[in-house]
Amino acid sequence: MTDILMPALSPTMEEGTLAKWHVKVGDTVASGDVIAEIETDKATMEVEAVDEGVIEELLVEAGAEGVKVNAPIARLSGGAAATKAESPQAPEAPEASGDPEKKGPAEAKAEQSEGEGPAAVRPAKAPTDPEIPAGAKLVKTTVRDALRDAMAEEMRRDETVFLMGEEVGQYQGAYKVSRGLLEEFGERRVIDTPITEHGFAGLGVGAAMAGLKPIVEFMTWNFAMQAIDHIINSAAKTHYMSGGQITTPVVFRGPNGAAARVAAQHSQDFAAWYAHVPGLKVVAPYDAADAKGLLKAAIRDPNPVVFLEHEMLYGQEFDVPEGEDYVLPIGVAKVRRTGADVTITAYSRMVGLALKAAEELAAEGIEAEVVDLRTIRPLDHDTVVESVRKTHRLVTVEEGWGPMGVGAEVIARVIEHAFDYLDAPPARVCQEDVPLPYAANLEAASLPSVEKIVKAAKAVCYRS
Amino acid sequence: MARAKQAAKAGDSSAETVESLGKDRLLGFYRDMLLIRRFEERAGQLYGMGLIGGFCHLYIGQEAIAVGVQSIQEKGDQVITAYRDHGHMLACGMDPKEVMAELTGRAGGSSKGKGGSMHMFSREAEFYGGHGIVGAPAPLGTGLALANRYRENGKVAFTYFGDGAANQGQVYESFNMAALWKLPVVYVIENNQYAMGTSLERSSSETHMYKRGASFRIPGEEVDGMDVLAVRDAAKRAAAHARNGDGPFILEMKTYRYRGHSMSDPAKYRTREEVDEVRKTRDPIEHLRERLEREGVADDAALKAIDAEVKRIVADAAEFARTSPEPDLSELYTEVYVEAPQ
Repeated sequence: MTDILMPALSPTMEEGTLAKWHVKVGDTVASGDVIAEIETDKATMEVEAVDEGVIEELLVEAGAEGVKVNAPIARLSGGAAATKAESPQAPEAPEASGDPEKKGPAEAKAEQSEGEGPAAVRPAKAPTDPEIPAGAKLVKTTVRDALRDAMAEEMRRDETVFLMGEEVGQYQGAYKVSRGLLEEFGERRVIDTPITEHGFAGLGVGAAMAGLKPIVEFMTWNFAMQAIDHIINSAAKTHYMSGGQITTPVVFRGPNGAAARVAAQHSQDFAAWYAHVPGLKVVAPYDAADAKGLLKAAIRDPNPVVFLEHEMLYGQEFDVPEGEDYVLPIGVAKVRRTGADVTITAYSRMVGLALKAAEELAAEGIEAEVVDLRTIRPLDHDTVVESVRKTHRLVTVEEGWGPMGVGAEVIARVIEHAFDYLDAPPARVCQEDVPLPYAANLEAASLPSVEKIVKAAKAVCYRS
Repeated sequence: MARAKQAAKAGDSSAETVESLGKDRLLGFYRDMLLIRRFEERAGQLYGMGLIGGFCHLYIGQEAIAVGVQSIQEKGDQVITAYRDHGHMLACGMDPKEVMAELTGRAGGSSKGKGGSMHMFSREAEFYGGHGIVGAPAPLGTGLALANRYRENGKVAFTYFGDGAANQGQVYESFNMAALWKLPVVYVIENNQYAMGTSLERSSSETHMYKRGASFRIPGEEVDGMDVLAVRDAAKRAAAHARNGDGPFILEMKTYRYRGHSMSDPAKYRTREEVDEVRKTRDPIEHLRERLEREGVADDAALKAIDAEVKRIVADAAEFARTSPEPDLSELYTEVYVEAPQ
């Protein structure tokens, strides 16, 4: 007897919908036969049998949602000794991983270890949110769909806005962020490019110089390293160098930071890199409402904007105010939890960890104030400084490396503006100073965690 | 596929005749080329006096290209090039005073002194720089063409780069997209034989630059870049191709720069004789002048009048560039960002 298990179809998949069975009890299957279809939030995939045998029992009904990866979905009798159905290899079914660069057997366990699910729940100490319009209806939306909605709304509003990048059109987005845009806006405004980052980033800047408003999607920010010359030398500097004559209103966007088990070349946080450059704005939202409101602002902004998303957040749901007027200001941080004992700054996915850490700290009698930076350049240090003047203690959290990083800058600003208010040296929680390792345990040890944040917060509070 | 190579001899190969062009236009070409020559000579002088700093790449010897191509452009066509850009700016009608004052880093410069020799722009003249990074104009110019296609405005982006830049990867990324999407762009490769100090033969496995688009199905043509009428003739064909929706076209302009790569380049990689030979036999300005006299278009007096006019314009530009004040310190932090209504 062999259990067929729910396969993981991408590095970050944790569960999916079993859309359809292609076999029934009593059928004989051979290796390679399609036995089922599975839907993830990114794609629909066929599942092939690995082993030969007769289907003894279907353990999950067709249409069942939220089937966990590795849960048994069927039972097979007879045949060889292998144990489970595995997801097909990427070459036969490129939708598998979402990212063609990540070909290979789909890796099972996503390391969303610190439980961002709970953090997505509104924390008890959350201040009332003045950004949500009074009476606005809140709609549960994933970060992925919030980003898509932002682009679609802005493209409807402004005919000069268009999207270009790899797999943004026919494929519906490597991470399905651009799902449906080609159908609505057509090939003129949703442009599939060859794999040519340096080239299409330059084309985007050129089109922006001519007055269009391109959204340039990088499949991940790792690949934008090929294009960094145009982001910095062509986009960031031209307005200044031209004495104000030429503008480059382009949005560069895509997933940034560490996904899950994709190792060093596919896992890094570029916030500090781009935030170093005058002429760029750098935005790194956490929840879906910010993703939508800030992407709309980025598209409307006449300056080049680096918009850093996070693959691990794409599938998470948050409340988003309904309506097309939800545009948030770039350059304004947000206090996501109030507290009097220690200030924790974070951005992007790290906000979820910081909120979780704050809950744990509260259980030990330490009230943390969590400041979501949201924009890295221009950095809203006023909000951070105001918080530190109250708490007298500071922990910075970032997914990137510490040296010369975002935390280093936050701390410098706090020292410049609130030196006398500090009761303890500030602490940084960041990625360990190594290329991100592949092994699950080393990867987890390398990245910031709730535990590391709790420890750092206690340290600056002189609590052990 | 590369179109049959055009005759590249230095003779009067143009299909246009003196009659068809008319006296005024021909004299205009002469004037425009001479203006660039004298402007650049003066820039070299100001550099020697310490009034111009940093890098300064002179266009002397290559004047026929910018002037010839500009002469067939339609209003709204864009121009973009790299750092040997003074000639293009003058050709597309920017004020010599503003260009020279930018070289001296003064408030009256076209970028208010904040760009310098390599970074000048003019929205009005549809001149999109002026870029200091070798190869960068290729995708940027292709992006201008993408905008033309997007708007279906019938305009063409003239995208210049050199034989050295033609070895940059981003040029081929641009070729691919331009051909794939049939974008209205003319790539003008100014082949002056030397990528800084490295000759074409030492840097390029295929030295015929007009063939560089072959694997992208982009037609190319070799042109005598020292003959303004040949340049004009070829540019017309290329522009018609691009404007007609047939996609990009490559023009390889065979040319020569008389000066070093920049002011600080002693040019030891070539002989004095080589330079003198080109000046003597292929100089674009002398070539046109002789033809104008030979064919009775203009007499010595008319040409001298132009010489005097150009001399005056350049003297005025130099004077303006010397006397325009340095930018106010308050300019340091302006124009980093566009101030925007959200």
